[in-house]
Amino acid sequence: MIEPLSGDEPPALALHDIDKRFGATRALTSASLHVRPATVHALLGENGAGKSTLMRIAYGMERPDAGTIRIGDATVRPDSPAAAIALGVGMVHQHFTLVPVMTVAENIALGGHGVLDLRRTIAAIRELSDRTGFALDPLQRVEQLPVAAQQRVEIAKALMRNARVLVLDEPTAVLSPSESAALLRWLRSFADEGNAAVLITHKLGEALSVADDVTVLRRGRTVLTAPAAHATAASLTDAMLGSAKVAERMHPAPDARVSAQDRRSHPILRAERVTIVDDTGVVRVREASFVVGAGEIVGVAGVEGGGQRELLRALAGRRPLASGILERPSVVGFVPEDRHRDAVLLDRPLTENVALRGAGARRRFIDWRAVRAHTESLMRTFDVRAEGSRAPMRTLSGGNQQKLVLARELDIDGASGSQAIVLENPTRGLDVRATSEIHDRLRAARDAGAAVVVYSSDIDEVLLLASRVLVVYAGVVRESSVDREAIGRLMLGVGTDGH
Amino acid sequence: MATEKAANRLLATTRTVSRELVLTTVVAACIAGATALLLLVVGFPVGRGLAALWVGSFGSWYAFTSATLVRAVPLMLTGSAVALAFRGGVLNIGGEGQLLMGAAAGAGVALAVSPSGVMIPVTIAGALLAASIGGALWAAVAAFLRVRFGVLEVISTIMLNFVALHVVSYLVRGPLQEPTGIYPQSATIADALHLPRIAGAGRLHVGFLLAVLISATFGWVLRHTASGFRLVATGENPTAAASAGGIDVSATTARVFLLSGALAGLAGGVEVLSVTFALYENISPGYGYTAIAVALLARLDPWRVAATAVLFGALEAGAGAMQRDAGVPSTLVSVIEAALILAVVVAQSVRSRRQEPDTGAQMLSVDA
Repeated sequence: MIEPLSGDEPPALALHDIDKRFGATRALTSASLHVRPATVHALLGENGAGKSTLMRIAYGMERPDAGTIRIGDATVRPDSPAAAIALGVGMVHQHFTLVPVMTVAENIALGGHGVLDLRRTIAAIRELSDRTGFALDPLQRVEQLPVAAQQRVEIAKALMRNARVLVLDEPTAVLSPSESAALLRWLRSFADEGNAAVLITHKLGEALSVADDVTVLRRGRTVLTAPAAHATAASLTDAMLGSAKVAERMHPAPDARVSAQDRRSHPILRAERVTIVDDTGVVRVREASFVVGAGEIVGVAGVEGGGQRELLRALAGRRPLASGILERPSVVGFVPEDRHRDAVLLDRPLTENVALRGAGARRRFIDWRAVRAHTESLMRTFDVRAEGSRAPMRTLSGGNQQKLVLARELDIDGASGSQAIVLENPTRGLDVRATSEIHDRLRAARDAGAAVVVYSSDIDEVLLLASRVLVVYAGVVRESSVDREAIGRLMLGVGTDGH
Repeated sequence: MATEKAANRLLATTRTVSRELVLTTVVAACIAGATALLLLVVGFPVGRGLAALWVGSFGSWYAFTSATLVRAVPLMLTGSAVALAFRGGVLNIGGEGQLLMGAAAGAGVALAVSPSGVMIPVTIAGALLAASIGGALWAAVAAFLRVRFGVLEVISTIMLNFVALHVVSYLVRGPLQEPTGIYPQSATIADALHLPRIAGAGRLHVGFLLAVLISATFGWVLRHTASGFRLVATGENPTAAASAGGIDVSATTARVFLLSGALAGLAGGVEVLSVTFALYENISPGYGYTAIAVALLARLDPWRVAATAVLFGALEAGAGAMQRDAGVPSTLVSVIEAALILAVVVAQSVRSRRQEPDTGAQMLSVDA
């Protein structure tokens, strides 16, 4: 369903038939977006649908392979963010681009040209604060501000450069419900003043309540453009998920080896009314109750910032609970998403990387000969390609690094063989072959009786592996069958908050 | 099979040893070359200067033991202190201050008692222990600031160096001043409490054996114990150490501070009991700073620290001889030391940059 939105007036921002490839991946295939002046335009789509890529093209961070960009009557080719800003396009990224130790005024002055006149910047910020109701203190340091205020600084940065089209990438993912409501109210008034806003979001409720128009991308193509008044939660969901039947035929649901009965009699992980709070004190998971039994793979799905990150760490024993009961084995294997930061010692040999597991509880001496033998056996079993067990981790390819981490965390022939393992995007950035090897290992671990919990931002991967799925949406954990559409609906919060 | 393995191991060891030898020769040649160049530029007789440098350091058994090795002892201990800290991810620049506090504590104990008989070795041990504790407590200030408030130890330890200098300055003009009250220094420590000398090695004392023993222990602990591995892992990647290893990173960091401070403090204690025999302000010609050079040049390896300390001890001893015999100011040698450190730092950063390709492209692709 593509309804023409153009009307007579020139667009605030229009991208037409945009193609973009990254290597062999087609990120966008003749994707289009038409933003009318004085409107809020919601851009919807699943993870990896191409929303961010499309907007990065509009903001001059990427160049399209084909297609045109128009602002007003003019065809433009922004080749850098600076060029886009000059054209009146501003963007607020999901990950803020602020300097924490600098003040609000200094951050806003950054990227300006010529003589730095902080006094004038401060006056201008005060004026902007009054006009927008943002309540920004120009002299406060950014690191002392709560996330919502940091976001306002990002917006102020764009406004100070006279942005007439403001693109916000998942702005509410980091906000509490009341902060989100305030931001959306402000966006509305911003549009009413004659400006335009593009709101990238996963959340249907947001799109339907605040936007004038909606565009849905699926796998790099524009599949729906319509006034929000003509769209429903159901029509948007269908557009975002596409024909679920195709995906299911491609990935037959794994056989559910473990019946509900078995799960109750052999629970490995059992959560009861578990609540988890993140470092800033925001509740990320609220009163979750579920069981993961021996010999099953349970998938976890959720959109960015939904709380799955904290849930996985709590299951792996890497984050304390705020309340509730979590029964789990004393040692749970954990394969985190950011391997280089959280899982390995890049410049140390593979042996030391293997010895790292449980190093905190180790007493007295380390028998490196035994560690080497263990490492070499893990390398053989998991087909880790390296120049021997003493090669530095850094010299291995990403796939081989991940295989070694997985081998370590599963620890199949070690004394403390894992009964449970938690994985977070275990195949991100790996090639097809390494991905399928990792998947085979996980299935083998399941067949050997381990409880496997795997989160992937790629729903297809969850579908491929899991026999049940836990969907996290805004801190609420719900169980779903392995059904693409059902998972997709829960991930978007459909059926949980009245949409 | 077994013989083949043994042969392989022997080959590997030979290769390592020969590589180290080549490296040492290259470093020594560089030093000689740089000194010659510098002498030439500044206008001193090159031949006489170099000869004095050699004679004063390695030229005779007496020079080697009484000058070179005696100066190597505090460098070995503080060098180990710095290497240990750096390996554990703690940039302890405060070796000098910790050494001074150790020297003050050691001198304090040695001056407070006049033991006899079996109590003499006990007192010596007590003074060295006090020196270690003094250094550790001084480092503990920086450890507390870092673990509790996130204050960078590079800044806090360097500031504490100046504080320590002034503490010593106060002590030698106040509570610890010699009885006549004329000179800003403590009374002389009783002969009985001096560290015994090693027979047949001139002024070289048993502190040398202690320093070598500590280098060896340090190397062994890092390689073979669980706590040594925790130290390395924490220094390498604290996030992974905590997440994948379940290591208490704060506790490990605090221990690294204390241990490093204790070693530097011990250096101060050994120095007062074996070389200066009294506490005064200029008790250290910057051993705590030279230690950083020693540790970096040794690439933080315990055994190489010991060897490098000897090399730097020789440089300092040779510099003294150059000044005496050829009239060359000894500060010239400091210039060479500094140039050496620069060369090593540059070589290291070039190497690490080659290993790690520019990650700019990765940083740009956040969310597709």
